[in-house]
Amino acid sequence: MSKKVLVLGEVREGSLRNVSFEAIAAAKQIADGGEIVGVLIGDAVAGVANELVAYGADRVVTVEHPHLKSYTSDGYSQAFMAVVGEESPEAIVFGHTALGKDLSPKIASKLQSGLVSDVTEIEGAGDSALFIRPIYSGKAFEKVKVKDGIVFVTIRPNNIAPLTKDESRSGGVSSLAVDITNLRTIIKEVVRKSAEGVDLSEAKVVVAGGRGVKSEEGFEPLKELANVLGGAVGASRGACDAEYCDYSLQIGQTGKVVTPDLYIAAGISGAIQHLAGMSNSKVIVAINKDPEANIFKVADYGIVGDLFEVVPMLIEEFKALKANA
Amino acid sequence: MNIYVLVKRTFDTEEKIVVSGGKIQEDGAEFIINPYDEYAIEEAIQKRDALGGKVTVVTIGGEDAEKQLRTALAMGADEAVLINTEDDLDELDQYSSAYILAEYLKDKEVDLILAGNVAIDGGSGQVGPRLADLLGINYVTTITSLEIDGTNVKIVRDIEGDSEVLETTLPLLVTAQQGLNEPRYPSLPGIMKAKKKPLEELELDDLDIDEDDVEVKVETVEIYLPPQKAAGRVLDGELQAQVKELVNLLHTEAKVI
Repeated sequence: MSKKVLVLGEVREGSLRNVSFEAIAAAKQIADGGEIVGVLIGDAVAGVANELVAYGADRVVTVEHPHLKSYTSDGYSQAFMAVVGEESPEAIVFGHTALGKDLSPKIASKLQSGLVSDVTEIEGAGDSALFIRPIYSGKAFEKVKVKDGIVFVTIRPNNIAPLTKDESRSGGVSSLAVDITNLRTIIKEVVRKSAEGVDLSEAKVVVAGGRGVKSEEGFEPLKELANVLGGAVGASRGACDAEYCDYSLQIGQTGKVVTPDLYIAAGISGAIQHLAGMSNSKVIVAINKDPEANIFKVADYGIVGDLFEVVPMLIEEFKALKANA
Repeated sequence: MNIYVLVKRTFDTEEKIVVSGGKIQEDGAEFIINPYDEYAIEEAIQKRDALGGKVTVVTIGGEDAEKQLRTALAMGADEAVLINTEDDLDELDQYSSAYILAEYLKDKEVDLILAGNVAIDGGSGQVGPRLADLLGINYVTTITSLEIDGTNVKIVRDIEGDSEVLETTLPLLVTAQQGLNEPRYPSLPGIMKAKKKPLEELELDDLDIDEDDVEVKVETVEIYLPPQKAAGRVLDGELQAQVKELVNLLHTEAKVI
């Protein structure tokens, strides 16, 4: 049976996040011919509505209010539940982002529904859809079936390919007026710490350093390499514990789980906890002085050598490649 | 301050996962307190020491989870509650877990509830926010700093690497992110004392919960291990030549650059 699906489009600094387009692709599979309705929440978000349509939404509902300028679970849940009340969806898809992770359980609680978080793949369609998600940080996977109620999932960035953008698609954009009241959280400020705006969980390329990086300054060549490749910098727990970098960069069973197209591990030995956080990356490159290092067991390509020699050479080679492209 | 901490017994992060008969094998595995819950316990103890009050650790599970509760008591929690569902329920999901916890907490005078932001086994991160919603209290996830002044609360939370500074009030539920504090190890006197601290065991009947109320909404139909990766290629030759070859392979063979 086809399903009507709501997809929350996530706007950051004026632009839709890539994961929102991936969420539409997921919704298409769940909808099985049903309607896909994009939902945009914020203080001024209607401007990107047509982009959701170009990526496959049939129409878009916006909720705009000055109190929705910053995300709060109170404000956004009031807005989203109002759309649910209007639309009576049979399924909902969010990105498994900081916002999606924070908001989705509250919505699921209000709907008394299940919620399948952090989905990386969908098998089948419509009523028979099965949702695949990592457990034990990727050491294993589970297939989950929704038994009862609304089908509600969050999808992990970078795993479900978006549909091809088609600017010629058209769909209606309507706005819903919602009174947003009683916000119990007041956002004072956001301190930007992540480098150059590439988010670790959404990055196509991750350059990660471990204890072998030896110091805070040691991360500089890794940052430069990440920059050349348009990627983000990550770290092993060892590097974070040694205070070479912030814990927000940590990849592993505690820390972030990433699945980029390319993961470059420099000076990382490859403890089982770290592997859990990155071994499902599409292509893994290991650079380590120790030929016996565990990281080589999961690497597609390995170079045995000093990262402080290899990484600068890589930077030059990639620059040359980009220059010739 | 009446503080509750939600804890979960999980596999040790050192453990390899073995699947047989469609289930994850637990025999011989080491179990720990979910690492993110340790930050929650530590923060609860520090806040109690600074502001007075009581810390109660709560878990849902079987008899085995008593060990993790004793560890939390040895760290410094005052009381522990085990909601034992072993005999009543075959399966739990986030919906049913939050429901059970809400039934337990609904008539308690709660000032602050802490939990880990995610459990390293199931990894859904849902139960905390769901519980807060059921109790009608506010919640803040992935926090890295917590300051309490009367009923006013100032929090810094991690949002994908950036820090958000916010203000809210008690009663409140927060979930801990790494960096919040440095969890202590239980001391020997702490371990001795923990043996005498109260550990209450409850079953669904004690909470007036009917099994139908906690029927799961989602169900795991299969568990499997990721496909084994084929052995990779360790390059050789002169270092500069290796680097050239690697870039070439990434461009032409792997096609990721």
